[in-house]
Amino acid sequence: MNIPLADIVTILPELIVIGMACLLLVLDPITPKSKKDLLAWASLGALAVCVIMILGSFGGRVMAFSDLVVVDGYASFWKLLLCLVSGMTILLSMTYLKEEHIDLAEFYGFILLALVGMMVMVSGADLLVIYLGIELMSITLYIMVGFKRFEARSIESSAKYFVLGAFSSGILLYGISLLFGVAGSTRLSEIASTMNDQSLSDPLVLISLMLIIVGFGFKVAAVPFHMWTPDVYQGAPTSVTAFMAVASKAASFAAFLRVLLEAFGGLKPNWTGMILVLCLLTVALGNLVAIVQTNVKRMLAYSSIAHAGYALIGLVVAGWIGTEAGVSARGVSSLMLYLAIYSFMTLGAFSMVAILRNGGLEGEELNDFTGLAKRHKGGAFLMMVFMVSLAGIPPTAGFIGKFYLFMAAVNAGLAWLAVIGLVFAAISAFYYLRVVMVMYMREPSSEQELTTRLALSPSVSVVLACAIAGVVLLGIFPGPLVSVADLSTLPVK
Amino acid sequence: MTEMVIPSGGTPWLTLVLVIPLLGVAGILLAQESLSRQVALGVSTLCFLVSLPLWFLFDNGNGGMQFVEKHQWIESPSIHYALGVDGISMPLVLLTTLLTPLCILVSWTAIEQRRKEFMISLLVMETATIGVFAALDFVLFYVFWETMLIPMYLLIGVWGGPNRVYAAVKFFLYTLAGSILLLVAILVLYFEGGRTFDILTLTQAHYSPNLQSLVFWAFFAAFAVKVPMFPFHTWLPDAHVEAPTAGSVILASVLLKLGTYGFLRFSLPMLPDASVAFGPIIMALSVIAIIYGAYMALAQADLKKLIAYSSVSHMGFVTLGLFALNAQGIEGAMLQMINHGITTGALFMCVGIIYERTHSRQIVDNGGLAKAMPQFATFFVIFSLSSVGLPGMNSFVGEFLVLVGAFEWSKLTATLASLGIILAAAYILYMVQRIVYGPAASAMLPKLFDLNPREFGMLLPLVFFVFWIGLYPNPLLDVMHGSVNRVLASQSEIVTVDRGQQTDKPTRLVADGAVNSQPLTGKVQ
Repeated sequence: MNIPLADIVTILPELIVIGMACLLLVLDPITPKSKKDLLAWASLGALAVCVIMILGSFGGRVMAFSDLVVVDGYASFWKLLLCLVSGMTILLSMTYLKEEHIDLAEFYGFILLALVGMMVMVSGADLLVIYLGIELMSITLYIMVGFKRFEARSIESSAKYFVLGAFSSGILLYGISLLFGVAGSTRLSEIASTMNDQSLSDPLVLISLMLIIVGFGFKVAAVPFHMWTPDVYQGAPTSVTAFMAVASKAASFAAFLRVLLEAFGGLKPNWTGMILVLCLLTVALGNLVAIVQTNVKRMLAYSSIAHAGYALIGLVVAGWIGTEAGVSARGVSSLMLYLAIYSFMTLGAFSMVAILRNGGLEGEELNDFTGLAKRHKGGAFLMMVFMVSLAGIPPTAGFIGKFYLFMAAVNAGLAWLAVIGLVFAAISAFYYLRVVMVMYMREPSSEQELTTRLALSPSVSVVLACAIAGVVLLGIFPGPLVSVADLSTLPVK
Repeated sequence: MTEMVIPSGGTPWLTLVLVIPLLGVAGILLAQESLSRQVALGVSTLCFLVSLPLWFLFDNGNGGMQFVEKHQWIESPSIHYALGVDGISMPLVLLTTLLTPLCILVSWTAIEQRRKEFMISLLVMETATIGVFAALDFVLFYVFWETMLIPMYLLIGVWGGPNRVYAAVKFFLYTLAGSILLLVAILVLYFEGGRTFDILTLTQAHYSPNLQSLVFWAFFAAFAVKVPMFPFHTWLPDAHVEAPTAGSVILASVLLKLGTYGFLRFSLPMLPDASVAFGPIIMALSVIAIIYGAYMALAQADLKKLIAYSSVSHMGFVTLGLFALNAQGIEGAMLQMINHGITTGALFMCVGIIYERTHSRQIVDNGGLAKAMPQFATFFVIFSLSSVGLPGMNSFVGEFLVLVGAFEWSKLTATLASLGIILAAAYILYMVQRIVYGPAASAMLPKLFDLNPREFGMLLPLVFFVFWIGLYPNPLLDVMHGSVNRVLASQSEIVTVDRGQQTDKPTRLVADGAVNSQPLTGKVQ
């Protein structure tokens, strides 16, 4: 078989990352324990090269491997975000894994492998390629979730995630196969061209569309397909939770959007209603259930469900019937902006949970944050900013994200949806502020006062600095990111 | 109507006033914990001095925006960093810059824990409130409007009384819930008013009556909670009772004004039809707030709660004046906003002074202060009488104008509202009688000592304003005239519903207002 060189060049970033991942797996056993950090730095180096290459080719639209892979602004946007998030996760893990005594360098290899899966997902122009990406990402995540192999909860959540994840992949695959029967192809563009007015009422198309939405619904953790999220997020090592809550969600959203808009762009009446229902359920349930959580990781899990609900508003706008192309595109770009901002604040919040782990404290229960403002001023302040941003209060980036989403909704004539979203945003302020309240308005116990020592290391500081810079700077100067998102939005028909 | 806008002409005074407190925050972060209050005091005093040119360079003949600065902030959609003040907002900016140093003085010894964070919260509050008053871009306005919640939440929740967490959360959620619809309304106006967030342009756009009523109630949700109007006032007594003295002062003097400012800046000029149509409802709620607040104040045993309920009553006068939709009413309301800021702020300071000595806010615990604290008693009586609305003091002028305006609107309403003044006399004088002249609470006597120079110094400026506005309010009214006329002009331009004679009314009323306020002050002098 002859593969043109140009095609190889198109996927060079993916190849670099996958090569590095394989190298890490090989090098891990022969590296002495004290030098393991070198491997992490090497993987960061690979990510940096990868980012430079993506930036270099930003803008154009290139198809490769007989239209199986597409590299456009949309894909590049997500890849940059995913690389950034993976890099931050690696930096966070360098400290966190040592705290948990699970510092194996193969962990970094897994992160890179998952990253390749995600990059394939966002670049896939064919349902099967996207499926392959999803599987690569998911299987790696199953392992990473169970990485605390001495702890029953971690293994349990890994098993749970595996069963439900495999189940949802099966549903997705079933939908794809049914669709292949109708369209005769799995390419997104060819599916789109075979869809016509009759397809709108074709039961087979409808069923496959539903199955695909259910499959992606699992991956982005939209209600009612969210059941796995709290348990898995809580049981997984915190840095893996952060990675899943941010990167895997972003990649799944990216692929979800591309499939719906590029393959099913002509069937908007069929899926917009479904997405709207998912969106309302997700926003409502995520926020309401988060209120009663006393475990911060679990609370953040429900909060991530709620944020997926907000992001779905962007998809609803993109699919709303009767809106102009420009307005729909704004829906897509506001979703991209939202998830980018969400990445910073969620990573920051999980990093705080991860480094509180030090000194005998678990850092997971709400009580562990008691009086943090007295014990560690800087840490408490950072956590407060992340919480305020998650609640969507200016002048943080969380507000900007919500502002653009709701603006897109109002523009599409969905002011009522914006009202519902904002009502739940106000409700969410209650549980985010509870963390602030516990940190600032409660006195720490004497035992807590003695044992406090955040697991701050230079690498964690870099992660926190990146996250806080993202949250504050994007809150005050969102202009550049907004224009990038506008430039790289998907063309909506 | 063409827009008269006067640029800041070189010196960006408003930006300076906004930025200086933030520089102070940086300074406090660098300074030692023990020096933080000195830095905060210095910075806020500097901020006050820098805000003075706003008063002296203000052009009274111009009702439009002055000291305007405009820079692109975000390109798509076009959002500007646009600032400016007119006769409505300039006095409120000055009120804020005046009260912040006083708040720091109030907390000089009262705040012992985490002083650094306290001072930072106060200064961030100052920037945010000034930003709300000066913003000429709706998104900028909203950003400041919401930003202020966090420092206030911390002020109540960290340094407050025993039940502070409950009060802080209640305050936060109430006001946040109110602001939800505000954001949606802003977005709707953007798309309906010509795709701009510029407040002046949006004010001149015409909206259909249906849209006006929707937006009106959306605004109402945000502003009525802040004022707070009956029945959205329940967070206020809790917040006041639990907040530290400085928090109460800021809350009463500045934060409550944001709601009425919102009505005046947005609801009245942007939604003239809806303001006329729904005016009666607001008037009814105002009258209820006036009487209900006063009745509740009569029954309170806790000093702070008493003053909190009196705030509900006094702010009722402000909304009453605003929605009377005539010159006397609106000018009276604006004067009343300033007056309430000075008088109620001062009363809360007085309560703070008592509390620092006796550690009780119960009236029964603090009887007969006149003997032990004669200077304090003098100040306290002055501010109390000002709150009652004694002629010659500030509140009298404002309440009188409001009642004249309300009388014009409906005789019954004005009559009912005047009940509030009688009740105010009852609950304030009853309080004064017990606190100042009543039998001394012997257990507390050893703890009492008279004002120290710091306390004397922070009350004195407020006494000056009580009498200045009471005896010679013309400088302040002159500043307001032009801008109030513009608000009324937007009323007369578009009003087409039910009241036929409304069209030519405003101009006549403006003349009346001018005539009325002259002899009034003349008499007092």
